Amino acid sequence: MSTKQKSLLVQGYEVVIGFETHAQLSTQSKIFSRAPTAFGAEPNTQACAVDLALPGTLPVMNKGAVERAIELGLAVGAHIAEQSIFARKNYFYPDLPKGYQISQFEIPVVQGGEVSFFVGDEKKTVRLVRAHLEEDAGKSLHEDFIGQSGIDLNRAGTPLLEIVTEPDIRSSDEAVAYAKELHKIVTWIGICDGNMQEGSFRCDANVSVRKPGAELGTRREIKNLNSFKFIQQAIDFEVRWQIEQIEDGHAIQQATVLFDPDTGETRSMRTKEDAADYRYFPDPDLPPLVIGRDWVARVQSEMTELPRVMAARFVTDYGLPEYDATTLTQSKAMAAYFEAAAKACGQAKLVSNWVMGEMSRRLNASEVGIENAPVSVAQLAAMIGRIADNTISNSAAKQVFDALWTEGGEVDAIIEAKGLKQMNDTGALEAIIDEVLAANPKNVEEFRAGNSKALNGLVGPIMKASKGKANPAQVNELLLKKLQA
Amino acid sequence: MTALHDMTVAALANELRAKKISAAEVAQHFLARSQADTSGAFLSFNPEATLAQAKEADAQLAAGTAGPLAGVPMAHKDIFVTTDFPTTAGSKMLEGYRSPFDATVVRKLGVQAGGAGMVNVGKLNCDEFAMGSSNENSAYKPVTNPWDTSRVPGGSSGGSSAAVAARLVPAATGTDTGGSIRQPASFCSITGIKPTYGRASRYGMIAYASSLDQAGPMARTAEDCALMLSAMCGPDLDRDSTSLDVPAENFARDLNASLDGLRIGIPKEFFGEGLAPGVRTAVDAALKEYEKLGAKLVPISLPRTELSIPVYYIIAPAEASSNLSRFDGVKFGHRTKDYTDLVSMYKRSRAEGFGEEVKRRIMTGAYVLSHGYYDAYYLQAQKIRRMISDDFQQAFQVCDVIAGPVAPTVAWKLGEKTHDPVANYLADIFTLPASLAGLPGMSVPAGFGEEGMPVGLQLIGNYFKEAQLLNAAHCLQQATDFHLRQPGGAK
Repeated sequence: MSTKQKSLLVQGYEVVIGFETHAQLSTQSKIFSRAPTAFGAEPNTQACAVDLALPGTLPVMNKGAVERAIELGLAVGAHIAEQSIFARKNYFYPDLPKGYQISQFEIPVVQGGEVSFFVGDEKKTVRLVRAHLEEDAGKSLHEDFIGQSGIDLNRAGTPLLEIVTEPDIRSSDEAVAYAKELHKIVTWIGICDGNMQEGSFRCDANVSVRKPGAELGTRREIKNLNSFKFIQQAIDFEVRWQIEQIEDGHAIQQATVLFDPDTGETRSMRTKEDAADYRYFPDPDLPPLVIGRDWVARVQSEMTELPRVMAARFVTDYGLPEYDATTLTQSKAMAAYFEAAAKACGQAKLVSNWVMGEMSRRLNASEVGIENAPVSVAQLAAMIGRIADNTISNSAAKQVFDALWTEGGEVDAIIEAKGLKQMNDTGALEAIIDEVLAANPKNVEEFRAGNSKALNGLVGPIMKASKGKANPAQVNELLLKKLQA
Repeated sequence: MTALHDMTVAALANELRAKKISAAEVAQHFLARSQADTSGAFLSFNPEATLAQAKEADAQLAAGTAGPLAGVPMAHKDIFVTTDFPTTAGSKMLEGYRSPFDATVVRKLGVQAGGAGMVNVGKLNCDEFAMGSSNENSAYKPVTNPWDTSRVPGGSSGGSSAAVAARLVPAATGTDTGGSIRQPASFCSITGIKPTYGRASRYGMIAYASSLDQAGPMARTAEDCALMLSAMCGPDLDRDSTSLDVPAENFARDLNASLDGLRIGIPKEFFGEGLAPGVRTAVDAALKEYEKLGAKLVPISLPRTELSIPVYYIIAPAEASSNLSRFDGVKFGHRTKDYTDLVSMYKRSRAEGFGEEVKRRIMTGAYVLSHGYYDAYYLQAQKIRRMISDDFQQAFQVCDVIAGPVAPTVAWKLGEKTHDPVANYLADIFTLPASLAGLPGMSVPAGFGEEGMPVGLQLIGNYFKEAQLLNAAHCLQQATDFHLRQPGGAK
């Protein structure tokens, strides 16, 4: 929990949110069959006899799905159950071929854990209740058939990990930050491709409001939010709506609601009275899922370094500030890019500045991922090497970077071609400085009167006169010497 | 030479291997007999497929690549899915259904590479979705008992027991959930064994109650059962998660082992008031035979025998109610012609497709699993189920096998219990405990009781002791001739 008590109240109400996220696991085949999980194939071409629930078929657990659940558990510091149970959730729907969904009910595979992240500069920790394995259903296609519905069972049996939080989230900002952090974790460890448009990572938000200190209010569950923007919009609308209802004297009814991105509103899908009795019971076709400690240890040993561990290492190994380390570990690709460049040129902080600064700006502007950046690790490292050895100034480096980005090429050749080499000739620089001092007597006077800011008014014209080639450190040094003489 | 249909599986296999007869002519013979049958034992034939399988068996025999039972005819209970024949599970719901794959047991027994080489003559009648003990719940037709055609053959594997007893086929497959192999074997004077739960793959066996269903062979002799069971069992871990990772065995290896010193436990609860005197006399006589063979009778107690009825009739319907949800008219099986929306399609398809007993068990199962009743029924039943297993383990401290009657009575008249489901359920009392414990059990012909109808002796072994059970059964069959007697109905 946050230690600073920044008020998050909305019109005097506290917002309480719990999350259920369905992460589609990145296995090649389905959770209980050998059919492929590929997205976007022709309807019913990725479903085998087991997925169609043909008579006589039986489920067999995909070990890859279990390993991914173990990986998540380890990533969030949860307990991996030695024995967990698959249950049947019974209900009739045409896209549910068996007439029941195999899911974990009473004893899930991942128990507890937590996810921490920054909301602005404030650290927030959300406790997890559990994460359990289950199969996805197929899809009903209502558009393509007049007066009838089509069923596509390609998605039936796709492995899902449902990750459930405690109601620890207190605002839509926190909700989005949590969802982004969880998204980062699952994509970082590679258990989910994170593609929200294709439904690989979809969130349900349980939202309620209450007066501070009161009992938890009645919640409504917003289903299937598949973008961070929708999470924000849906929760904001829902909170306003609930407060309005309460203020108008209406009690909130427990309900499942859908968010309509076109109207920006949530609308009720079903209320608690319609809730089915799912007649859960342990699936007799699947023995308890037993996970030996050796299995957990093996998965752990094969796991990639977690973002929080990597960030801590960046602080220790490269002397980066925590902010830099956290920012650089927002994505695996960015972290890898940073580390490779830092190792190549030995200038970790400079690399960090360039990756978080110019590189990120250009990547965002052109909507390119760092793995496809036009400036390679070797090019950036070479350029930073030239900054470090005083060949070029930072401002000249910006021109080099731009050239690398737009035209490519070799760093030294660009410096040469553009004449960006720093002016290390003291005599020439002193001449420029003298000229500038003579032209700006007011600044000189102010500086001598004790206004140190007046120095900036002198550095700018000197750099300009040197066409950016002067070494700023050298300029500073010489300037001070002359002014204090 | 003995008529082909009087020969055992073992004898036919020998003749075929010696090339004294061909699989094709054997298949023709049994196909003709089976197709002429009027007992209702068969639900479907596909002579072309049967003869093609026989031809394949002959080719394998000629090439020396044949399995151990190559060319021997048999028939599958219509609970096993088959590509060559329709599979209905005895239900209108699956009328005309054709599976795109073969059940593991079908594959292992058949002429496919690595299979035992047996030739499938057709699909055998059974109670709908294996629910019943008289075969009267078949949606297609009842089966008559070859020993008295006014009587039931038992169930749910009633087509299997009647066909083997009438020598339409030398052997058949059955499935046993609460006694569905042992009880019909008893009623028709043949031999049948249900192995340890998990020995035979359930893949392709249409599920009734997943935690209880087991496949097993039904034949005239213990030796034939041993030969078939050896082919049917073995791990199928890629297709059935409840399949045990225990290698297949040669269950015939100990058939002739001496019974000297064998301790046979006699549970006093199996010999109470409800036991028909004629059944008791036959069972007692069989036990005397065992004593003559050197075995020792040890009194034991299985105190929760009576509780096995409510426990079974909670757990099995609970699982069934869920297993049968896939029959909804959407993807396969019966869909009503007359519906207005999704819910009416579900309701009418299922109302039309399922029979009375199936509906009764679905309703019972849905009830015991429903919110507020789950703990009192399902959970309680699971607890008692564990105690029943523990009782057996206690008993096996002092005995090697357990013996008693298979059923309290001989086969009853067709229609006699149709309107009294509870009377039907009570008749399962002696077979349910071993099913609930997952133990191997078998029925061995032990003579005749009331009205001259057959009586079976039930033998129950500890886990994985099938070979020992078959040894005990084989020795009894060496000392008696009940298994060789022919029903009057068989020509």
